[in-house]
Amino acid sequence: MASEPGQVNDRLSFDRSSSRRKLTEAEKLYVASQWQLMWRRLRRHTLAIIGATVLAIGYLVALLAPFLSPYPINQRSDYLYMGPQKVRILHDGKLHRPFVYGLKQDVDPDTWRRVYTEDKSILYPINLFVRGFEYRLLGLIPGNIHLFGVPEGGVIFVLGTEDLGRDAFSRNLHAASISMSIGLAGVAFSFVLGCILGGLSGFYGGLVDVVVQRVIEFLTSIPTIPLWMALSAAVPPHWDPVKVYFGITLILSLQGWCGLARVVRGKLLELREEDFVVAAQVAGTSDWNIITTHLLPAFMSYLIVNVTLGIPGMILGETALSFLGLGIRPPTVSWGVLLQQAQNVRTVSLYPWLLAPAFMVIVVVLAFNFLGDGLRDAADPYAV
Amino acid sequence: MDNHDRLGGDALGVDGTLNPDEALIEIGGLKTYFYMHEGIVRAVDGADLTIRRGRTLGVVGESGCGKSVTAQSILRIVPPPGKIVEGEILYHRLLDRDKMGGATEIVDLAQLDPRGREIRRIRGGEIAMVFQEPMTSLSPVHTIGNQIIEAILLHQDIDKSQARERAIEILTRVRMPKPAQAVDSYPYQLSGGMRQRGVIAMALSCHPSLLIADEPTTALDVTTEAQILDLMRELQQEMGMAIMFITHNLGVIAEMTEEVIVMYLGKVVEQADVDSLFHDPKHPYTRALLRSIPRVDEDTNRPLESIKGMVPDPYALPQGCPFHPRCSSFMEGLCDIQDPPLVRLDGNKRVRCHLYV
Amino acid sequence: MLWLYILRRLGYMLMILVVVSVVGFIIIQLPPGDYLSTYIMRLEQGGMDVDEAQIAALKMRYGLDKPAPVQYAIWAWNMLHGDFGRSFEWNLPVYQLVMERLPLTLVLSVATMVFTYALAIPIGIYSATHQYSAGDFVATVFGFIGLAIPNFLFALILMWVLYSAFGLSIGGLFSQQYLQAPWSWAKFADLVKHLPVPLIVIGMGGTAGLIRVMRGCLLDELRKQYVVTARAKGVSETRLLLKYPVRIALNPIISTIGWALPAIVSGETIAAIVLNLPTTGPLLFRALIAQDMYLAGSTVMFLTLMTVVGILISDILLAVMDPRIRYEK
Repeated sequence: MASEPGQVNDRLSFDRSSSRRKLTEAEKLYVASQWQLMWRRLRRHTLAIIGATVLAIGYLVALLAPFLSPYPINQRSDYLYMGPQKVRILHDGKLHRPFVYGLKQDVDPDTWRRVYTEDKSILYPINLFVRGFEYRLLGLIPGNIHLFGVPEGGVIFVLGTEDLGRDAFSRNLHAASISMSIGLAGVAFSFVLGCILGGLSGFYGGLVDVVVQRVIEFLTSIPTIPLWMALSAAVPPHWDPVKVYFGITLILSLQGWCGLARVVRGKLLELREEDFVVAAQVAGTSDWNIITTHLLPAFMSYLIVNVTLGIPGMILGETALSFLGLGIRPPTVSWGVLLQQAQNVRTVSLYPWLLAPAFMVIVVVLAFNFLGDGLRDAADPYAV
Repeated sequence: MDNHDRLGGDALGVDGTLNPDEALIEIGGLKTYFYMHEGIVRAVDGADLTIRRGRTLGVVGESGCGKSVTAQSILRIVPPPGKIVEGEILYHRLLDRDKMGGATEIVDLAQLDPRGREIRRIRGGEIAMVFQEPMTSLSPVHTIGNQIIEAILLHQDIDKSQARERAIEILTRVRMPKPAQAVDSYPYQLSGGMRQRGVIAMALSCHPSLLIADEPTTALDVTTEAQILDLMRELQQEMGMAIMFITHNLGVIAEMTEEVIVMYLGKVVEQADVDSLFHDPKHPYTRALLRSIPRVDEDTNRPLESIKGMVPDPYALPQGCPFHPRCSSFMEGLCDIQDPPLVRLDGNKRVRCHLYV
Repeated sequence: MLWLYILRRLGYMLMILVVVSVVGFIIIQLPPGDYLSTYIMRLEQGGMDVDEAQIAALKMRYGLDKPAPVQYAIWAWNMLHGDFGRSFEWNLPVYQLVMERLPLTLVLSVATMVFTYALAIPIGIYSATHQYSAGDFVATVFGFIGLAIPNFLFALILMWVLYSAFGLSIGGLFSQQYLQAPWSWAKFADLVKHLPVPLIVIGMGGTAGLIRVMRGCLLDELRKQYVVTARAKGVSETRLLLKYPVRIALNPIISTIGWALPAIVSGETIAAIVLNLPTTGPLLFRALIAQDMYLAGSTVMFLTLMTVVGILISDILLAVMDPRIRYEK
């Protein structure tokens, strides 16, 4: 029962109401864009979502570091190597708004070390949104409100203090903003360099490709840390912290771009031969359109994964260098700088809170790895 | 019930000649489902078919109709998350291989442990399979010879040098050019046609009683395809082996097979001798398939016929007869409610359609 | 075919060595002020007299008053004669100082590499074949944690844990009495006794990463058609696992084994500083702090030389192993 040319079979006629009905789940799947698909798959990855949440919180904290810190990072006090203070809500068995007790200093007769005990007769309530030292968020927005603080005469050292009596909590927050942002800065730089060189290499091939390949091979055969150490030692001691920051970023990115360049080159070479590219060329699409509309989306996901997984490497690199004294220098603090205090095993066993930066580094790096892994799985077009 | 208690009848007919209708594999009510995240895919949903000893059965249908999964179910290589949910796959094994027409035992392959010794003995040794893509079917880092010899040594009790001789022998039989060299070559050194010959050699090296060919020539050019098909026919004659030939190409079916089954969405919708199928198709789907083949003698002004509609979403199969949304003989109230049973018609025919109930 | 490949790689290596020497030279020249003025400053600080003749001799030897390219040429020439400069701190030829420690660095690095691969490959295989099982979960968690903890941090934490819990002081590769002693079986045994902690510290990150790579590669291969073909032939599961997908998945992993060397040497450098091992790490560190640049530059050069040679050897081994490389390259 063939249909005559021109005759539309009734059962297939266009049902106007059908265009207004809601898409079923299965249909939504078929029309979803690449990014929607990726997001769907990513959502199922609990670890990746946890990682992303942790990082979001982390970067928010880093951004608001001065606001969240009760003390400037280099302000000394008389309370040396004190452990974290306990924030209490019970006084004499009765509920009270959060507060800390005053402190008394004594010297332990046996070890000659300072001992701090709570003086239960003095109460310092914790106030929110107090006025404190001046700061500039992101170097631009001025302010002097801090999230919390205690009245005159009291101190609140949430994470304790270190050898010069400086507030570990404030220092850790500041360190977070430095260390976490260096990761981003370093990767941004590597990304640009990697995309350009990898792109040129992959798209044009020939001599450009050979040269870039050799350079990459060379750079990746040099052991990273010795090279970084040597280059960092060359950063002049009289440079101001900002210059040092960028200098370190540059050094870290020196080898960082190689990985990305390889991925970009590899993908371009692979995709150049794909039928859909040839089809686009045959259809008359310009080179630029081929790159942006056809090639780029195909490996954008790989780039994202690469970048996400590259950040922890930078953070770890900066931490290692600063730990050795060759990276970020005091008075600026980063996690590595803070960990210098934890070098001595005996010091750490006496004052374990000095390892707080270690814990933070691990959490942030883990979060990035979870997220990156989730992104990689989500981006894989062949995953079932 | 223990598989091996069931002895089949003699393969010999009353007058001592080979019973032409003797079954080698009998599949009854096979259901193989895939348990996916999004739902259950009923890849094979109640399939019945018979492969006869020494004869060629064609299995035809669109992509996704369950032909490959049926083949995989026979050898128990269905990939997870798929599993055989119901049904039986009865294999009539000759107790004495060399005695054609001798006594047989019946083994239900559906009951065997997919990782066990029994099925492994059968795989390659008694039932062999050839796949569509010869390049990916072979390991890129082992020579063709290595892979053939592996199969030989697994199923035959001979030593390595004898195995190598047999490998060269079988390569010669499949008309591989320069077999003594080919045996030491890597797959990437051979052309597509040569690789497929190598794959066939590997499958036939232990003289199986059944060769399952899953789209063996789809990836080859037409000339090579013709050669391979010729080869398969010859070898079948020489070795007296049965072939289950899976394809979507009706032309190949016409050329190669003696009996055909047509599958749609996991069910067998028609079964007939090849001539009868082409000249007197019963099921509307089969008819539509045959009508869609362009013919040289047709009026070139007429548009090509196609089957209206599309294969439905596997997660949302229609109720009743799975073909009814696309069927030109659709009977409202019947076809969309009840799934038709498989009806036996005269001759060797079977159809699953309400038109014949 | 193979010989051509080897020759080409040797050629590249030579080129790389030249570039490495330039990098070494740059490192040497990096700090503000030149070698000579720093040297003089030190002498003065140390209260020693500055011998004019000696200064002039040094100037001649290293061409310190000539322009940079000439200096480089002189330095390169000196290097080819085994003269890598002198360290002020130790007052010894750089070559001697580096050579005292380089072999141990090599031994430690290779040992770590062996340890890493021997551990990670089986675990990775297990993880891939038992996907989503408890064992896979543990291996994955370990993998993540291993990658997240920088090795110097791990060393610190380990040291702290062992100290607080057991009062143990770890560090160093030899016990006191063997430190300066000549080599003997007893010294070797002592070394082996001290190896576990550095091996674990340095190797942990690499092992974790490798487990995940192995797992990923194998999972990819397990989906492929040739695995099904082998199964359809009747090969047993274990046998077919090892002969086919594992063998193929191992290819990229084993072939890049040489490229793991720079990362291991890098990790070893910093772990050695924290654990105070007698290898090149602490030597480099002290040299940088003291601005003892000939020593620093040469150490970096030697370490790079070591890794480049290592990579070359592994690439050649790969070409021998994998027939496809021989034909393609």
